[in-house]
Amino acid sequence: MTRTLDPANKTAPASVGLVWRVIPPGLYGGRASTLVERSALVNRRGWFVLVGGAFEPILFLWSLGLGFGQFVASVAGPDGRPVSYAAFVAPALLAASAMNGAVYDATFNVFFKFKYAKLYDAMLATPMGPLDIAMGEIAWALLRGGLYSAGFLGVMLAMGLIASPWALLALPAALLVAFAFAAVGMAATTFMRSWQDFDLVQLAVLPMFLFSTTFFPLSVYPGWLQTVVTWTPLYHAIELMRGLTLGVVGWGMLGHVAYFAVLAAVGTVVAARRLGSLLLD
Amino acid sequence: MEHLVEAKALTKHFGTFAAVRGIDVEVRRGEAFGFLGPNGAGKSSTMRMIACVSGRTGGELKVLGMDPERDGPRIRARIGVVPQLDNLDLELTVRQNLQIYGRYFGMSRQQCREKAVELLEFAQLSDRADQEVEPLSGGMKRRLTIARSLVNDPELLLLDEPTTGLDPQARHLLWDRLFRLKQDGVTLIITTHYMDEAEQLCDRLVVMDGGRIAAEGSPGELINRYSTKEVLELRFQPGAEKPDLERFAERVEVLPDRLLLYTQDGEHTLAKVHEHGVQPIQSLVRRSSLEDVFLRLTGRTLVD
Ligand SMILES: Nc1ncnc2c1ncn2[C@@H]1O[C@H](COP(=O)(O)OP(=O)(O)OP(=O)(O)O)[C@@H](O)[C@H]1O
Ligand SMILES: [Mg+2]
Repeated sequence: MTRTLDPANKTAPASVGLVWRVIPPGLYGGRASTLVERSALVNRRGWFVLVGGAFEPILFLWSLGLGFGQFVASVAGPDGRPVSYAAFVAPALLAASAMNGAVYDATFNVFFKFKYAKLYDAMLATPMGPLDIAMGEIAWALLRGGLYSAGFLGVMLAMGLIASPWALLALPAALLVAFAFAAVGMAATTFMRSWQDFDLVQLAVLPMFLFSTTFFPLSVYPGWLQTVVTWTPLYHAIELMRGLTLGVVGWGMLGHVAYFAVLAAVGTVVAARRLGSLLLD
Repeated sequence: MEHLVEAKALTKHFGTFAAVRGIDVEVRRGEAFGFLGPNGAGKSSTMRMIACVSGRTGGELKVLGMDPERDGPRIRARIGVVPQLDNLDLELTVRQNLQIYGRYFGMSRQQCREKAVELLEFAQLSDRADQEVEPLSGGMKRRLTIARSLVNDPELLLLDEPTTGLDPQARHLLWDRLFRLKQDGVTLIITTHYMDEAEQLCDRLVVMDGGRIAAEGSPGELINRYSTKEVLELRFQPGAEKPDLERFAERVEVLPDRLLLYTQDGEHTLAKVHEHGVQPIQSLVRRSSLEDVFLRLTGRTLVD
């Protein structure tokens, strides 16, 4: 009996060792969901803020679709075939709203709780660890982003801007995008020292929102800017959403998915480890 | 006797600064144990190591028989922590603060609801249960923080300066709650820089200064060991030359505005001082306190 188990025993410590090096014991108490519960409790009273956030991209879509729609008859879609301007801009706004919601929650809100409310100090006095906190906060940001995305997808459907059943996958894709932005946002927040540093977040998010093919196709930019744009995470998110809602789907999309999966994983681990080293000195 | 906390040569450095410089401490089950010391003595640093939220730099530490480095979450599941500064959840109500904290410990929603009712009663906050936390008075917030620390029925409760900044009435109310906990068998570790608090609450205490332990014992033992039964305080005009009264007492401490004469019989010493022609503007005979122990051990007063 024991002999047959030996090989398994020998291989186990190596893999456990690797996981333990990235996630040391004590970092995770398995209670991340109670943070989501707390956020839900807090937002029960402020639900209108939550709902209010969903209207922003809808307003954008409405005004841009009506306005630009008059001047621009059609734009080249992902596969080169023309699509209406509203159908072009809507998936981009979907991606941008997933980004904005997640970044806002994971930066401003987290910084406040971390620096001023001392909320995480109180949590770390319980069996919870920094990874619970990182995962819990990111999960909340992601749920909120998902809620906005679902609402926005409904609006797109009602406006006839969805051209393919592939659009069903736009919701999980939006969740993944929100996850990645929340994780990276929270990791970045652990490096911030004061509210001034948050100007950097604006400095990163606003140009990304304006330039990542949100409102114009990549071809309008000069060559060097095109290269820069294709590096930004929002560009990858928009490519993903546009492909799915317009039904132009290819294996290449898995590249975008992998891009966000890596950002999400790295962001979460960095956020947890930084929280641990800052709060457990 | 079982020890809930055992520290040997425990040290804590922040960069090159040594906040705790090798302390030996043993806390027995069921007792109220105190760390008495001035600002910067290293009390909070020690408490944070015991609470498993701060790693030690050197030495040994066992809490509930386990090593905080390896078993942090398991230890934290069984202790309660009242930090020096309240960190209540200001976005939640009084009741929700207790309920969600129970959830952090993995208790069921039903358990959390019941526990919150019980603890609101204990903290005398039942009538404020569904209100915001922010408008509560300092004493109420402190009681709520203590109530929150009890949500997991801890065997060991760590209280870092539980009554600092509270008015006398609020302090007495808090002491009363802590007595009740002690009677219920909870082991208490209290830090304070109030000697009356240490005398009131602690069965045993250590006097801490500059990251080291200067003395250890029960309040009575410490007073017997390091001070006399009575103290004669003589107050003089500020700036006036103070007479040399060494020969009338076992020991004399010279403070800026007064002399402290350590003696077994204060009235008798006062009479002799008067006979000698010394005329202080005020005199007072009192029993020795931990303040005198601290003065003796460190040459400084505890609260400045
Ligand atoms: N995170 C930290 N980084 C650097 N120095 C620290 C840190 N925490 C505490 N110290 C220093 O260590 C020393 C001991 O601090 P500690 O908070 O343990 O004292 P204390 O006895 O609790 O004092 P107080 O009565 O003011 O609360 C102080 O000089 C303090 O400045
Ligand atoms: Mg302190």
